[in-house]
Amino acid sequence: MIIVTWLIAFIQALLIAALAPLLIGWVRKVKAWLQNRRGPSLLQPYADLRKLLVKEIRVPHTASPLFRASPYIVFVAIWLAAATIPLVALDLPTSRIADIIVLVGLLALARFFLALAGMDAGTAFGGMGASREMLISALAEPAMLVAVFTLAMTAHSTSLVSVIDHHLTDGFLLRPSYLFALGALLLVALAECGRIPVDNPATHLELTMIHEAMLLEYAGRHLALMEWAAWIKLLLYGVIIANLFFPWGVAQDFSPLALGLGLAAVLFKLMILGAVLAVSETALAKMRLFRVPAFLNLALLLALLGLLSHVILEVGA
Amino acid sequence: MTLTVLTLLQQFVLLLAALVLFLSFVLLAQPRLIAAIHLFAWQGALIAAVTLTVALAGHAHHLYFSALLTLVLKALLIPWMLHRLVRRLGLERHTEALRWPALAMMAGVALVIFSYWLVVPMVEQGLAFTRNIVAVSLAVVLIGLLMMVLRQQAVAQVLGFMSMENGLFLAAVSATAGMPLVVELGVAFDVLVAMVLFGVFFFQIRESIDSLDVDRLNRLTETVDNEDLIQ
Repeated sequence: MIIVTWLIAFIQALLIAALAPLLIGWVRKVKAWLQNRRGPSLLQPYADLRKLLVKEIRVPHTASPLFRASPYIVFVAIWLAAATIPLVALDLPTSRIADIIVLVGLLALARFFLALAGMDAGTAFGGMGASREMLISALAEPAMLVAVFTLAMTAHSTSLVSVIDHHLTDGFLLRPSYLFALGALLLVALAECGRIPVDNPATHLELTMIHEAMLLEYAGRHLALMEWAAWIKLLLYGVIIANLFFPWGVAQDFSPLALGLGLAAVLFKLMILGAVLAVSETALAKMRLFRVPAFLNLALLLALLGLLSHVILEVGA
Repeated sequence: MTLTVLTLLQQFVLLLAALVLFLSFVLLAQPRLIAAIHLFAWQGALIAAVTLTVALAGHAHHLYFSALLTLVLKALLIPWMLHRLVRRLGLERHTEALRWPALAMMAGVALVIFSYWLVVPMVEQGLAFTRNIVAVSLAVVLIGLLMMVLRQQAVAQVLGFMSMENGLFLAAVSATAGMPLVVELGVAFDVLVAMVLFGVFFFQIRESIDSLDVDRLNRLTETVDNEDLIQ
């Protein structure tokens, strides 16, 4: 039985890495439709990855060994974080590796090395991107932690599996705290994944880029790993939001039927979330960098209100 | 009382009350006057929705009238009067940002915690499912007060005052399942008269100091005259 659960966990981890380019392809496709274009095929990100993986690696001669190591560290940290979240099934052995706090820590580790690598080559753009990334993450992390603490307080546990389990046993409840936490997590996810109101992933315009500025010196396999890690991070936030707030459909045992249903449910939820992301990116304009703190303040306020409304309205005296 | 024992309709009341609190925060930080008036109208509409849902969930028929009165007065009539005033004063594009928005938000959060602490002993007595909302309504009152303190613009201060009144009404609905009709009509009339008086005051203030920034009322007129003479 233990071997079977580990096998399922392993397949789920591979599935996350395999699905991430599909999600990004879907978001790009919907955006193209909204702009009256046909857009590239859904599988285009896979083709990009393959092309980058077979290309020659170029490393700036000013770079230290850290520059070569960073893509692997970033990719492994984010993939490990993504492997611990319940994608298809709930009680897998990998989910005991990390609770919510370790998950945030793993993402912070990846971000730390990403920023270091950005500064390592010594170009102006890399340093600028790294400093901006750190500004945003320093503001986004408290909001994210307070938002997940709201959920953890409801379930009396910081493990994602118990939070989802608790939500499923309670059935459908209109929790004000969940509504606020959902709003906060959506805003944090936009900021952390570098999506449009905060950063534009499709631009290389020097004054506005954040994430792309740190990757400017990378080529070939290194660039592929960095891009892939960013896509997995988007999928990770999508799965957290989808499965924490709308957990219905996730497999609670390991029968093939339940697993198939869980996979279909999570694919459906991610499809909806991706479409919502594409619509919001089409409707909103990128904001000035100096407006980003106000944006993340709103996220922190929402998270705090979620925590307070949990204490005031839901627990009662 | 935990959330699981409540019916869906009663949970909906709590959700609406939480949204009223959130709108209070947004109103506090909104720099544009017209947008702030719209937010105030939405808050009034949410209060009316809370009253209606309490009436539905608790089978309190006299609250239907309160809900209707709130909707007409707070969500339609007063915002419309404010809108007209702002247009006549030529302030449609007026913006006034808070000086330290993040600090103001944290002060608001502290007020919410304070009002919760204040209300806890009272809540232990109550039995109705709406008793948890009392803390929220007190917080709305205090945030309205904070808005009157922090804003310099007279129209924004009036919005703070009106949102305080929203909080009081929410407290009445949640603590005692509504006031008697006579009291309610009296309060509604008071608010309406206050609105008319505010309108007159706006024009008086602007005539005397040429602006609606009430901080300028602190300056002595003689010093202004002296400066003019020197120039």
